Amino acid sequence: MRDIVVEIYVLLGRELKKWYRSPFLLLMTIIQPVIWMGLFGKALNLTGLLQVPEELLRQLPPDATSLIAELFNKVMTNLFGASGIDYFSYMSVGMLSIVVLFTSMSSGMTIVWDRRLGFLNKLLVSPVKRGSIIISKVLSGVVRSIVQAILVMLIAIALGARYSPAGPLAPLVALSALTLLSLGLSSLFISIAVRLRSWESQMATINLLNLPLMFASNALYPIKMMPAWLQAIASVNPISYAVDAVRQSLLMGASMSISALLLDIGALTLFAALFTGVGVLVADRGLRRG
Amino acid sequence: MSAIIVERLVKSFGKLIAVNEASFTVDEGELFGFLGPNGAGKTTTINILTTLLIPSSGKAVVGGFDVVAEAEKVRRIIGLVPQDITVDDDLTGMENLMLHAGLYHLDRQGAKRRAKEVLELLNLTDAANRKVETYSGGMRKRLELAAGLMHHPDILFLDEPTLGLDVQTRTAIWNYVKKLRDELGMTIFLTTHYMDEADALCDRIAIIDHGRIVAIDTPKSLKNSLGGDIIELEVMHNNPEDVVQLINKIDSVKKAAFMDGLFRVTVERGEETLPMMLETLLRKGHRVTRVIMKKPSLEEVFLEYTGRALRAEQGSWEEAFRQRMIIQRARA
Repeated sequence: MRDIVVEIYVLLGRELKKWYRSPFLLLMTIIQPVIWMGLFGKALNLTGLLQVPEELLRQLPPDATSLIAELFNKVMTNLFGASGIDYFSYMSVGMLSIVVLFTSMSSGMTIVWDRRLGFLNKLLVSPVKRGSIIISKVLSGVVRSIVQAILVMLIAIALGARYSPAGPLAPLVALSALTLLSLGLSSLFISIAVRLRSWESQMATINLLNLPLMFASNALYPIKMMPAWLQAIASVNPISYAVDAVRQSLLMGASMSISALLLDIGALTLFAALFTGVGVLVADRGLRRG
Repeated sequence: MSAIIVERLVKSFGKLIAVNEASFTVDEGELFGFLGPNGAGKTTTINILTTLLIPSSGKAVVGGFDVVAEAEKVRRIIGLVPQDITVDDDLTGMENLMLHAGLYHLDRQGAKRRAKEVLELLNLTDAANRKVETYSGGMRKRLELAAGLMHHPDILFLDEPTLGLDVQTRTAIWNYVKKLRDELGMTIFLTTHYMDEADALCDRIAIIDHGRIVAIDTPKSLKNSLGGDIIELEVMHNNPEDVVQLINKIDSVKKAAFMDGLFRVTVERGEETLPMMLETLLRKGHRVTRVIMKKPSLEEVFLEYTGRALRAEQGSWEEAFRQRMIIQRARA
């Protein structure tokens, strides 16, 4: 057991050293979600559609005004969970899960490169446990995902996102949700990467999966706005649960729903346990000798 | 005791038989070379011995441990310096060595001391704290060697140690390899497709071709086994058999054969036999258009045992590509 810890420490150290020593790469992976936030969050102002201009309200009789305000508040609450939310804050929170998705996906790439450059063979002729190799890869995916998600969150706040955490522990709950998501996704993509011999096919797999996973979730717009078939997909997409958990804890303030949050965390725990378990087993088999 | 024992080892990838019934032993402290053209099965053999591949059949024992059943134990006592350069560009030389130390569970203080030792041995002390991306090709290879030595392996595997290096660097690497054997008494198994490398370094050589071992001996005995100098002749002729018979009548000729449009003759005292041979042929009306005389070398040994020159690879690009694909797919 102590051996495994030492091995994971050594291998994880290598992965992270390589990562933080190339700030350019770090910058590039952060720029993409920031651009998404700018394009989607600022331009596609969904909540803005539901705001009635002041002068229009003034032209209406007073009882109609309060009725309309009430109606719109209900529509907002129904779609976005609370009435006072602006779209930029809403989607910037969704972006945190997307950052985790993209970063976890790319963690599979490093194993493809290690194989290609011969480093993997170097590991395999050493007494290092096969499991340590996989687990250190998964953990490096998780650490990178979380650090980048935090950076993107700080940028979102700088760009005007307004968060209202439900309590002092809320940010921790949000981070745990993202960690669980990253565990499952990293394991999934690493187990795929171990099987694939070329980085081209790994890139193709990533490109095939990333946009559908993002759009078929509640990251950019409420699930209730989707057609029924897409709702069905979105409701089994783990990203939806992570996004909702982060929204409940960071965005909803007092109107946070404990039961929804518990459901999210439960679903994510199941997802992480299942995919990490199966992923590590599959990846371990992939490293076995031919 | 033998450091490596290989018995009737077979490895096939689908229809391609990469290693075909190979048997050999390597003594402790020996520098043993595997010589053969690309695709002959050298790397596959090394991959089996270093526990990266499982043999299709046969047996391989490294340092007293079976490579299949006792892979973990084998891994603790071997070092591999692969063909590719695997040291990490983003880390310094020292960090690369410490990473290796970690993989073998060396304690930090001991590892630091050992790293300084191997850096000194391979003349890399000054570059130890520089990132590897600033290293030259030769320095990277030396660092690769240093990394392979970190955990005091009993048996070191070198896969094409000088592939792609310039002449001076090659000679330097040879000297380091010799030093390892002479000063540390390490058993070294190396593969190469360079004749001069096998000749300069190895105590014994196995010549491998199409997965089969065709000869094993010291470089000297292999060269002696040719039985003398080689003369190659291009002759105007109607029937090669007539010419071969004619040549064979000369006393100092030991063997003559016609292959690839050339008459290949093994003779004693080449300097004296050659004029005699030319005279004989001319007298019978055979015009000699080209003559080459060679002293025995491993190049000639290879030709003698495999019937083809090491450099002149037969086959097409497509065939080579297909074979690579077969191997890749079979390993997937």
